[in-house]
Amino acid sequence: MEVKISKGKNISLKGEAKKVVVEFSSKTYSFKPTNFHGLKPKLSVKVGDSVLAGDSLFFDKDFEKINFVSSVSGKVEKIIRGEKRKLLEIVISSNAKNRYKKYNVSGHSKFNIEKLKNLFFESGLWSLIKQRPFDSVADPIKSPKSIFISCFDSSPLAPDYDFMLSGKEKEFQKGIDVISLLCDGKIHLNIDGDSNSRFFQKIEGVQLNKFYGPHPAGNVGVQIHHVDPINKGDIVWILKPQALVTIGHFFLKGMYVNDKMFAVTGSEIKKPKYFKSFQGVNISDFLKGNLTSGKKRFISGNVLHGDAIDKDGHVGFFDDQITVIPEGDYYELFGWAMPGLKKYSFSRAFLSSLLPQRKIVLDTNMHGEERAYVVSGQYENVVPMDIFPVQLIKSILVEDIELMEKLGIYEVAPEDFALCEFACTSKMPVQEILRHGLDLVKKECS
Amino acid sequence: MSFLRNTLNKIKPHFLKGGRLEKLYPAYDAFETFLFVPNHTTSTKCHVRDSIDLKRTMGTVILALIPCLIFGCYNIGYQYYLQFDPSYINQNFSSFLNLFLYGLMKVFPMIVVSYGVGLSIEFAFAVFRKHPVNEGYLVTGMLIPLIFPIDCPLWIVALSVIFAVIIGKEVFGGTGMNILNPALLARGFAFFAYPTKLSGDKVWVSEGYTDSISGETALGELATLVKDGVTNDYQETVLSNFSSDGAYSLLNSFLGFIPGSIGETSVVAVLIGAAILLITGLGSWRIMSSALVGGFFMASIFYFWNANGFMSLNPIHQLCIGGFMFAVVFMATDPVSAAQTNKGKIIYGFLCGFLGIMIRVFNPAYPEGIMLAILFMNVMAPLIDHYVVEASIKRRMSRVKI
Repeated sequence: MEVKISKGKNISLKGEAKKVVVEFSSKTYSFKPTNFHGLKPKLSVKVGDSVLAGDSLFFDKDFEKINFVSSVSGKVEKIIRGEKRKLLEIVISSNAKNRYKKYNVSGHSKFNIEKLKNLFFESGLWSLIKQRPFDSVADPIKSPKSIFISCFDSSPLAPDYDFMLSGKEKEFQKGIDVISLLCDGKIHLNIDGDSNSRFFQKIEGVQLNKFYGPHPAGNVGVQIHHVDPINKGDIVWILKPQALVTIGHFFLKGMYVNDKMFAVTGSEIKKPKYFKSFQGVNISDFLKGNLTSGKKRFISGNVLHGDAIDKDGHVGFFDDQITVIPEGDYYELFGWAMPGLKKYSFSRAFLSSLLPQRKIVLDTNMHGEERAYVVSGQYENVVPMDIFPVQLIKSILVEDIELMEKLGIYEVAPEDFALCEFACTSKMPVQEILRHGLDLVKKECS
Repeated sequence: MSFLRNTLNKIKPHFLKGGRLEKLYPAYDAFETFLFVPNHTTSTKCHVRDSIDLKRTMGTVILALIPCLIFGCYNIGYQYYLQFDPSYINQNFSSFLNLFLYGLMKVFPMIVVSYGVGLSIEFAFAVFRKHPVNEGYLVTGMLIPLIFPIDCPLWIVALSVIFAVIIGKEVFGGTGMNILNPALLARGFAFFAYPTKLSGDKVWVSEGYTDSISGETALGELATLVKDGVTNDYQETVLSNFSSDGAYSLLNSFLGFIPGSIGETSVVAVLIGAAILLITGLGSWRIMSSALVGGFFMASIFYFWNANGFMSLNPIHQLCIGGFMFAVVFMATDPVSAAQTNKGKIIYGFLCGFLGIMIRVFNPAYPEGIMLAILFMNVMAPLIDHYVVEASIKRRMSRVKI
């Protein structure tokens, strides 16, 4: 299937990762239960415990079989809690050499679905599967109508999956084969029609969809909307491409190996490039000596829907990108009235829109204050779906669940509205509002 | 710059929580953010933001209004001298400047009153309700003088502003929450409350008139043709003013050398404003173009119907007189009171234009039909949006059955 998308916008930032890879291992790795939205975690380790790669660190309080496991072996160094003792982070100091928990996976292709699912729960592979609606860990009971894998990322400075996965064809194919045993519906691989990936076109047992157009064409939510939209009651599974390699690896070797490639990007990185490490890696050693001076924002993920982390923080579970941009805590005299030769905007209200397009540097300044909605039509220009974004956001603000359902809240995740948040003249926290709406609907449904 | 910044930093603590002037924080905040874009940084998942904000948006719209203001000032001087000394006009550069300065002197007090009264109310409400001062009034405050006749007493302007800001906007919750366009509401209020001061042939040209020249607007003249018992002779006399060498010729109406509200007469100035709004992407091309089509469509129907002298005016000419163009570009496109969905905007715009011309011709008591049409469509806009959104909901529902 081919889908052309016209709405949306690519933001081309400075600091794209060069296609060079280095191996890197950090002293500590961390696991953040907060990366799995809505999860109620319960610890299965305490400080000082030794763990193998693949050992459970915490599990789902609502469905205790689902484990969340360590990707490295070592010792639990600390457990960080937030307000009301909310579990935020489990930090592991890693051994020099990874030791793995071993599983017997022979004959897995003949396992019945229950046995296979249990293996996914136990080994931690289940944590790699997310679901729409709600963008949370996949429901362990309901089966999905289809599986979607977005094989390209269109967000700013996004990593190139073709490059990251090269050489992993066997594992990826195995991952597809196994996951297809869990779902009666189709598996959709969605690729960028313009770049014409070779890696994914060789994969068998899937439906290949080509997407053309600007960001958010690479967002899996947009892809689902155009290929097989979610209705009330439907569940669609989504996976990141690197997760399939982990699944494939597990069923080839019997070990949970969540090794990943990460793209280090952004204008404040001297030499942006890729590195290979394990999930939960600490960035501080890698960035040492590779940063420009000045105050910076470190983001696990991309600039549109990533999480701010500390300078010596750890990368989030689903992220395969680190972005470093300048902080923008400065005042600007009559900033709103100046011609704006260096200002970036989707509108053409600044003179910069007359200049030729270059790679730009964006900082974290808000460029204004929050206001009530005044301007209309902005969100519609960047949401390529048959959805009325402003009306949906307003229905969430008044907490009208029935209206949210009618307006298609099941089809969207916060990241799909990230460009709205970027473009909003009134500086609304769009993604937060949408997440609030999803939480409300989920609570009502359960 | 650092001096300004330091001063602000020094006085800021007084306005913060616990300070002596804590209650006046919104007022302080308005001044500070007017001078400086604040140092706020992103704290949500979206770490970078578009450079545009409401101040820039409103600033750009005001910029788009400047050509209308400048021409309006000049035209006031022009109409004034036309009464008794037409030869003075365009003698040399200094006479040109004199015309402009004369107009500016007349318009300036209106602008001061409009902003002074309006912003005072905005500040008072912001302080009272403890919310930041919204930028919405910056544009409204400029629009109001531009749609009033030059000889309108300042107290009427002030009263209209008070009515528009309080009843039109603040009771609904301030900028962004209003149903009607505040500027049009101000005009509507004045029109119905003080009809004698806002119509007739004495208010459109500065400081009275001589009998030799009509001080009536083009629409006022034409409206006299819609009564019963209009003689052929009279109709011809009036229509001759609209022929190519008349006072309201197509060229004069297009360039704007006719009596009328301060900023509305020149189609050229309006089009420059429209270009600014469209190029910056801040004005809706959907509303503007569909309103033009709607107005042209209705004017064409009248032209072929030709039941009276007003109708016989050629459609292009019909669109160039009165406040039609100004209203289409600056009033109908107000994003808060217009329809908000893309399809809705097209329907809304079309009906604004269509009804605007219809009211103007059918009811000579209301020559500024477009004003009433837009106010009416402001009320209807949520209904239009409702049906557009409902259609999308139906599409979503029908998907489930398969």
